[in-house]
Amino acid sequence: MSKNILEVDNLNMHYETLEGNVMAVNNVTFSVKEGESFGLVGESGCGKSSVASTLLQLQSDNAVISSGSIKLDGKEIVGLTENELRQVRWNDISIVFQGAMNAWNPVVKIGEQIREAIREHYPEKSKKENTEKISELFKIVGLEDSIMDRYPHELSGGMKQRAVIALALSCDPKIVIADEPTTALDVVIQDQILNEIKKVQKLLGLSLIYISHDIAVIAEMTDNMAVMYAGSIVELGPTEQIFSSPKHAYTKLLLESTPSIVGEKKKLRSLDGEPPSLINKLSGCSFAPRCPDKETTCNPELDMELVEVSAGHYVDNCCSRGA
Amino acid sequence: MNENVIEVKNLVKNFDVSRGFFSRNKAVVKAVDGISFNIPKGESLGLVGQSGCGKTTTARALCLLDPKTSGDVNFYNPDSDEMQNLDDLNDEQIKQFRRNTQMIFQDPYESLNPRWTIKDIILEPLNIHNIGSLENRTEAVVEILRTVGLTPPENYLPRYPHELSGGQRQRVSIARSLVMNPKFVICDEPTSMLDVSIRISIMDLMLELANDLDVSYLYITHDLAVARYMCNRIAVMFNGKIVEIAKTEDLLNNPIHPYTKRLISSIPVPDPKYTREKYDIDFTELDQIIANNTENLAMVDVGDEHFVATHDVKDLLI
Repeated sequence: MSKNILEVDNLNMHYETLEGNVMAVNNVTFSVKEGESFGLVGESGCGKSSVASTLLQLQSDNAVISSGSIKLDGKEIVGLTENELRQVRWNDISIVFQGAMNAWNPVVKIGEQIREAIREHYPEKSKKENTEKISELFKIVGLEDSIMDRYPHELSGGMKQRAVIALALSCDPKIVIADEPTTALDVVIQDQILNEIKKVQKLLGLSLIYISHDIAVIAEMTDNMAVMYAGSIVELGPTEQIFSSPKHAYTKLLLESTPSIVGEKKKLRSLDGEPPSLINKLSGCSFAPRCPDKETTCNPELDMELVEVSAGHYVDNCCSRGA
Repeated sequence: MNENVIEVKNLVKNFDVSRGFFSRNKAVVKAVDGISFNIPKGESLGLVGQSGCGKTTTARALCLLDPKTSGDVNFYNPDSDEMQNLDDLNDEQIKQFRRNTQMIFQDPYESLNPRWTIKDIILEPLNIHNIGSLENRTEAVVEILRTVGLTPPENYLPRYPHELSGGQRQRVSIARSLVMNPKFVICDEPTSMLDVSIRISIMDLMLELANDLDVSYLYITHDLAVARYMCNRIAVMFNGKIVEIAKTEDLLNNPIHPYTKRLISSIPVPDPKYTREKYDIDFTELDQIIANNTENLAMVDVGDEHFVATHDVKDLLI
């Protein structure tokens, strides 16, 4: 039984804006085990990336964590000072950002940028040691050593994204967050990067949090997954189980709205309407206004709360009774 | 009687990339290098391939946004009920061509004028082509808004693009192209900017309209799963050339060209139990083979309208 490397408990986060508080993350609870790959899926604006940024405490200035805790390897990181956080970031947890193009400083060579990150955490290491370390990482992600002396504009999108993965691994973190690492890339390159991430994860025994809007990628990459809607997790459980017997109406819709190139060509279902405004707290089931499968067993007036329907498979209580 | 809306033969589009004004050496990028295809009436053709392979260049050359370098494009003119060559058109006929051939762009945030109301945006093509009286035009706008599902239309007429969501804007783009009653619409990744949940409703809307209004699409996308949902036939493009073209299910179940196989093997499948077949090819070598084939690639029919480029590709497998 491997232990939990990350435990997020009842996390609530909102952004303070002139129009009111935007409740971006509501009562989010999940945990990630050692070596596990965990997926977060949902449409844009559902709070996936907000969760990612709070895990690293990189949220913007107007973000307020009103309650909840994030425990990283048993250590609470909500409320740490900036100096303490610097020890945690990259040493324990690192992130692969969405746009590889934007993650690099255009006027500094790739190798130097990765060395800088290592230097920050291990000032005692020599430049030679660091270069060796990078060379080792580059081998893992499939880049040649000569890339270290290149500027970001000399690399293709796929190479830059590989280098970003090497950067994220540079301080041997226990857990890596991949926030839509392939959305800006071509399908063939995406395939290569996904294989690379899988390989690295297995090789180093990393825990991975994979964030994507693409349910097909989540299906391939993760062991466990959570479906987010309007800032809350509506379904959580083993990926295979969620795909074979989805319980929440929103999950079902997501699965039935994804075109595939294998199997029968099916009529896909579309989701009408728009996600609710997150300004001020929603009461009851946030998906109810758009829900196409309203049934007598629904409890839309109940506040959102996950209920266990089978071992390790949780679903929001509005949809749990029909299950 | 002709059954195609468009016939493209050996279309070439080169871009001049010579350095400096006085440079003697002409350098060109062959963005589209001798491609041929037909689109039968009422059918849709998907054009798939990686970014930079010439999909969008093809689209722009076809609707006269960029002049083509060489090749023949014949299109069906519903006004005269015959095929016409794009090179033989006079100004009046070019106007007719433009009316019957419309384009839907990728990014609904950039393809709508932010300072115009929805009414102005959809009215513009009607005004330019001087169709109907002023009142009729407004009626046409209301009607088309209803058709694309923006109801009640009166609520949308005075609004500006920034007041609408991405899905609604793309509906406005579709309304703007379809208000001219075209027979052929070129769609350049119309759903790739949209969220998963909205994407299907836009795709369904386009399929429905194709059926009701008898429109053919040239549907450009990098996503084979989307192409499968939208199109009867799919053409796979690589480095400016079409390497394989076939009926959708035939192409997916029985791909022949190594690049098509590689493309199919790289699409993630929304089923955790499914393991994709691994298929890897040497892209540098494929680049070489395609580049060395300066002649137009001969396409061979392997049966059931399934065409494959015939260059030597046996040794590409890694």
